[in-house]
Amino acid sequence: MLAKRIVPCLDIKDGQTVKGTNFVNLRQAGDPVELGQAYSQQGADELVYLDITASHEGRKTFTDLVRRIAATINIPFTVGGGINELSDVDRLLNAGADKVSINSAALRRPELIDEIARHFGSQVCVVAIDAKETEEGWHCYLNGGRIPAGRGLFDWAREANDRGAGEILFTSMNHDGVKTGFANEALARLADEVSIPVIASGGAGTMEHFRDAFLQGKADAALAASVFHFGEIGIPELKSYLCTQGINVRK
Amino acid sequence: MDVAIVKYNAGNICSVVNAMRRLGVEPLVTDDPERLMAADRVIFPGQGEASSTMSYLRERGLDEVIRSLRQPVLGICIGMQLMCRHSEEGDTECLGIFDADVRRFCPSRHEDKVPQMGWNTIVDTRSQLFKGFHHPEFVYFVHSYYVPMNEHTAACTEYTRPYSSALHKENFYATQFHPEKSGPVGERILRNFLDLEP
Repeated sequence: MLAKRIVPCLDIKDGQTVKGTNFVNLRQAGDPVELGQAYSQQGADELVYLDITASHEGRKTFTDLVRRIAATINIPFTVGGGINELSDVDRLLNAGADKVSINSAALRRPELIDEIARHFGSQVCVVAIDAKETEEGWHCYLNGGRIPAGRGLFDWAREANDRGAGEILFTSMNHDGVKTGFANEALARLADEVSIPVIASGGAGTMEHFRDAFLQGKADAALAASVFHFGEIGIPELKSYLCTQGINVRK
Repeated sequence: MDVAIVKYNAGNICSVVNAMRRLGVEPLVTDDPERLMAADRVIFPGQGEASSTMSYLRERGLDEVIRSLRQPVLGICIGMQLMCRHSEEGDTECLGIFDADVRRFCPSRHEDKVPQMGWNTIVDTRSQLFKGFHHPEFVYFVHSYYVPMNEHTAACTEYTRPYSSALHKENFYATQFHPEKSGPVGERILRNFLDLEP
């Protein structure tokens, strides 16, 4: 049986790991390659590296980092941040990334999803969606959650699916960084509406939150950052706990 | 030991290069028939689409070269599928090394997604590739097409149905999963491949 995946996420700025709380106030948290390898040895199923540096020079640093990660780590990893066109995807896959995660660029020009799927296959194309719930429902945001995109979450996820996305990485901006659990209702609806895997992101604070994302949210994978970076939850303990809850995980 | 990796129009080849380097081997990535034939081990890896990769191999005569290899050969993912007789993907005639036809997953439940992406277990392992394996182990898969159970099945995995997650016939070995991305278990499989008795 296919296992539910635990995915630590590392935000990278100038070659270092950082983690924001509610998308602001960055704190330092270690060397990306070393941290990634430690997670891999502890039993992480996949890693996500997000480049939050905007400059041209920063992107070059990040590509070099991707090369070092690929040489060292023997589990799959996804990279994202600053991917705007096919040539960015080509550069990062060539450096050794297994998948790329696209966000704002896909909302601005949805054809990018079709192009990636056609050139490299759907399996490399993760569409990341940052969304916030208001009284009018769930809405997508651009640029790390700063600009409303004018698209509904479910409508956009279905379109991404139809255009050839391989996975949806959904971050609830209401839940991100506040450690009160994932957006399980929205996750479960996403799982019903799309035919590709959904990665839950935003809100992990306890081991029970992961269980709920899998059981109530029907997520295929759960992503978290600070609970892992600061050692609040150990991956081996988390996996043992999920096992006792009847969830199939890799051990 | 000389390890050659078949160079063709498939993705993900650099992951296999990195995995070999972690095992202390510097592989040669080549489409030169002579160098492929002279290597101690040949790896036929990749991610891609069956019909375009198969036409690329035919145009360069690599189909004949791969079929004629006598040293241990390891096909990975699309490499394994191309070593079969026929694939439903693009209705493609393949290399015909394994007497099996590649089919597309057609799940009946919404929660079984295509491609299968992630970690699943291999059971009933019977090949030197899995030497030292005593329990079902998790390995990493990404695929939409599968090889049914057949006389060459060397490991079995369950996803919507039981299917062949590894094949073995004479000097030809193949895995549907990615050993180069399967953590320490994958590393052991690659090590076993390098250590095969000639």
